[in-house]
Amino acid sequence: MPAISVNNIIKTYDKGNILALDKVSFDVQQGELFGLIGADGAGKTTLFRLLTTLLLPDSGTAQVLGFDTVKDFWAIRKIVGYMPGKFALYQDLSIIENLEFFATVFNTTIAQNYHLIEDIYVQIAPFKDRLAGKLSGGMKQKLALCCALIHEPKVLLLDEPTTGVDPVSRKEFWDMLDRLRARGITIVVSTPYMDEALRCDRIALIQKGRILDIDTVEGILAKYPKRLYAVRSENMFRLLSDLRQYSQTDTCFAFGEYLHLSLKNGEADAPATEAYLQSRQHAQLSFKPVAPTIEDAFIELMQAQ
Amino acid sequence: MTDLPNVIETEALTRRFGDFVAVNSISFQVKAGEIFGFLGANGAGKTTAMRILCGLLSPTSGKARVAGYDVYTESESIKQQIGYMSQKFSLYENLTVRENIRFFGGIYGLSAAEQKRKSDELITRLGLSHEANKLVGSLPIGWRQKISFSTALLHQPKIVFLDEPTGGVDPITRRQFRDMIYETAHSGISIFVTTHYMDEAEYCDRVSIMVDGAIAALDTPDRLKQQFVANSMDSVFLQLARHARRNE
Amino acid sequence: MHNLFILLQKEFRQIFRNPTILRLILMMPIIQLILIPFAADYEIKNISFSVVDLDHSDYARRLVEKMTATGYFRLVEYGTSYAQSLNTIGNSQTDIILTIPAGFERDLVREQQTTIHLAADAVNGVRAGLGTAYAAQIIADFNANIRSEWLTVPQYGQMPRIEVVSSSWYNPYFDYHLFMVPGILAILVTMVGSFMAALNIVAEKEAGTIEQLNVSPLKKHEFILGKLIPFWVLGLISITIGNIVAYTVFGIVPIGSYWTIYIFSAIYLLSVLGIGLLISTFADTQQQATLFSFFFMMVFILMGGLYTPIESMPTWAQWIASFNPPAYFIKVIRAVFIKGSTFTDLLPDFYKMIGFALVFNSLAILNYRKRSA
Repeated sequence: MPAISVNNIIKTYDKGNILALDKVSFDVQQGELFGLIGADGAGKTTLFRLLTTLLLPDSGTAQVLGFDTVKDFWAIRKIVGYMPGKFALYQDLSIIENLEFFATVFNTTIAQNYHLIEDIYVQIAPFKDRLAGKLSGGMKQKLALCCALIHEPKVLLLDEPTTGVDPVSRKEFWDMLDRLRARGITIVVSTPYMDEALRCDRIALIQKGRILDIDTVEGILAKYPKRLYAVRSENMFRLLSDLRQYSQTDTCFAFGEYLHLSLKNGEADAPATEAYLQSRQHAQLSFKPVAPTIEDAFIELMQAQ
Repeated sequence: MTDLPNVIETEALTRRFGDFVAVNSISFQVKAGEIFGFLGANGAGKTTAMRILCGLLSPTSGKARVAGYDVYTESESIKQQIGYMSQKFSLYENLTVRENIRFFGGIYGLSAAEQKRKSDELITRLGLSHEANKLVGSLPIGWRQKISFSTALLHQPKIVFLDEPTGGVDPITRRQFRDMIYETAHSGISIFVTTHYMDEAEYCDRVSIMVDGAIAALDTPDRLKQQFVANSMDSVFLQLARHARRNE
Repeated sequence: MHNLFILLQKEFRQIFRNPTILRLILMMPIIQLILIPFAADYEIKNISFSVVDLDHSDYARRLVEKMTATGYFRLVEYGTSYAQSLNTIGNSQTDIILTIPAGFERDLVREQQTTIHLAADAVNGVRAGLGTAYAAQIIADFNANIRSEWLTVPQYGQMPRIEVVSSSWYNPYFDYHLFMVPGILAILVTMVGSFMAALNIVAEKEAGTIEQLNVSPLKKHEFILGKLIPFWVLGLISITIGNIVAYTVFGIVPIGSYWTIYIFSAIYLLSVLGIGLLISTFADTQQQATLFSFFFMMVFILMGGLYTPIESMPTWAQWIASFNPPAYFIKVIRAVFIKGSTFTDLLPDFYKMIGFALVFNSLAILNYRKRSA
């Protein structure tokens, strides 16, 4: 039995005018760390709200550990830990008060389940009497995770836990998720940061309510159809304009310090392109094949739509 | 690029809130047409520093000039010379695209005729002719960010401050936005940008990384990577910020 | 001027695009003016009463008839057991029990005096108090009638009579609407001027767009004027709607001049806009602004003389009320409507309102820090 099974879900808002989810189907296996990767408005939050029984689908069904999200919603609420996208703790309660409150809501105590949160909680314990509203982004995130874990959920649903958080805290957060997965908790996490896809077992790329692809990161990259080149020179703006105008250019986007370029005839066009750029007198020109990243794959899938 | 004038100059710029030193003696220069990445962990003091440079907050001590004007005494002149696009959304959702552009043009002193000419021009350039009379609130977030950025440039500022401009945007829109930034910098306007996307730090001409209120590193991405023996800015950032003591 | 024009243009566009604000501006005066004067009426009618008639005489029947004939009383029970009638008070069927003792007629004729007993349900104090007062008056009247019947029989000498005559000036029939409508108009203007302005400014804070204006070359006073002028205009519009409703629904026209009303409204609006601005400097969210507004509104209404006359408050409360701007405006607008007071009559209040406007706006500006030092 998969931990989560979503079958052909359609969800619209505003009397059917806004299509939030368009025939979405996927399974998440037990113990898997599954990533939903997509921009704002892709439908990630809607999906989480359906899985946490807070919304009803227009059509289609979804099960969490075999329980139906519409019929068995009480059962689901007991086994699911949810961390909403917006910081959803009481800003005017302290760390310890928030944690006690959420433990009580689920009929448990901090002491009873302390082993579940221990390694996260120790990091914020020195500030346990500080109000949640006065915590930094990274600490808020840790507290929210503790609150979502306190009732020993089997499935953890995390909606954009790392948005707006600095890279150090993000990295720490993903390390924590790794440890939770090692304990057998199924985790579904959404993120707009493509690089975080690398930390997931499998990912679903989602855009405008549709799943573009579901696979492991390696699987998605292996399917990438084009030959990519990384190009850079001293004047990146001129390089970008030149390549955009160039007749054999297929796509050209800025990626970090390089431009990622694909050509209409693939490798066959490469020598001519390099020569063209040299003729445009680009100083310190670097032109080399490069492996695609998950963002390249995402862009490719978006354009294919 | 070295012979270009400085648009921002700070020297030992410091801001205290009571005992807390939010910005601790930072010194740097930003040149005309430069893309300057201003990075730091949450609570490192980025926002405070940026508010000082925008004329929203007075420093406690040190010197700072923006577009040639002193932050202590000439904040009103600074405001005429800067553009600003914040993390929080900065257009009026219940005004149309055209009304927003004209409004912001208007408060920067454009005459009615200029407002009209510039808004028409901008709408055409962004390819928004069909959406010009739609409420901004009804547009996708990626479009709003492009409009917001273009609006911040309407009065031809010397420098634009971008406070996490690309959060939550799809990768194509993020790249289109980056193209706009390149283009703007190429036209001689400096870009001062904060971001949590480390790959965006790579395309900056120079990057400063703040840790605990001070600038821990400032150089081109290439030289920073050499210095910290790292293959990405992400790893440079992690090495520096991991030792941060301050937790906001 | 250029900037102010741009701001006003934007502000009005947003207001006219916001159905909630428009509805409030249009519907609030209409609904409040129609609903409240009809509902919040001090005249008490339909007081239910029970009679415990232990006498069954002609006089007893005449007394009961007289009471029901006034229209204030409604007979719900006519019995002979006080205990039973007391039950009807217990289950709130009766407000007042009138007990006519056995031998009522006999005593009245023979001894020329008798006692009747009134019991009232005092849970609603106003109803009980006014009910018994009405009843007592009717009984006194009944008494006088009987005496005059006897007096028609020729007698020696004249009986000394003392009569208290009361009359109400300006509002001779004690028309409650004439009293309430101008007061509600004043409260309306207060709400539009202070709270809608405060909420509008705070909404801009919440949306984050205020930050965009703060980094622009807009001057502090331009921003403030850009926010206040639209609500000043809306305040005057709502008082105009209020005047129209007062005339069309209640037929109330000020005895004094409309000009006086508008001059005072214009000045008064400046002071409540100052209060709105002050609230907006304290509140970071619309929720906070609403709570502040609730607090102020309670004080404004309860200490403003809308329902309870300030003159009958204890001295300390009167002292507080003298710092309550709506108290002056309610007084002024009632005076113009009911008494026909002229601008010169009300000059002291005019100066006080200007004082309020200056104080509140200065406080707000001191507190509004566009550039925190």
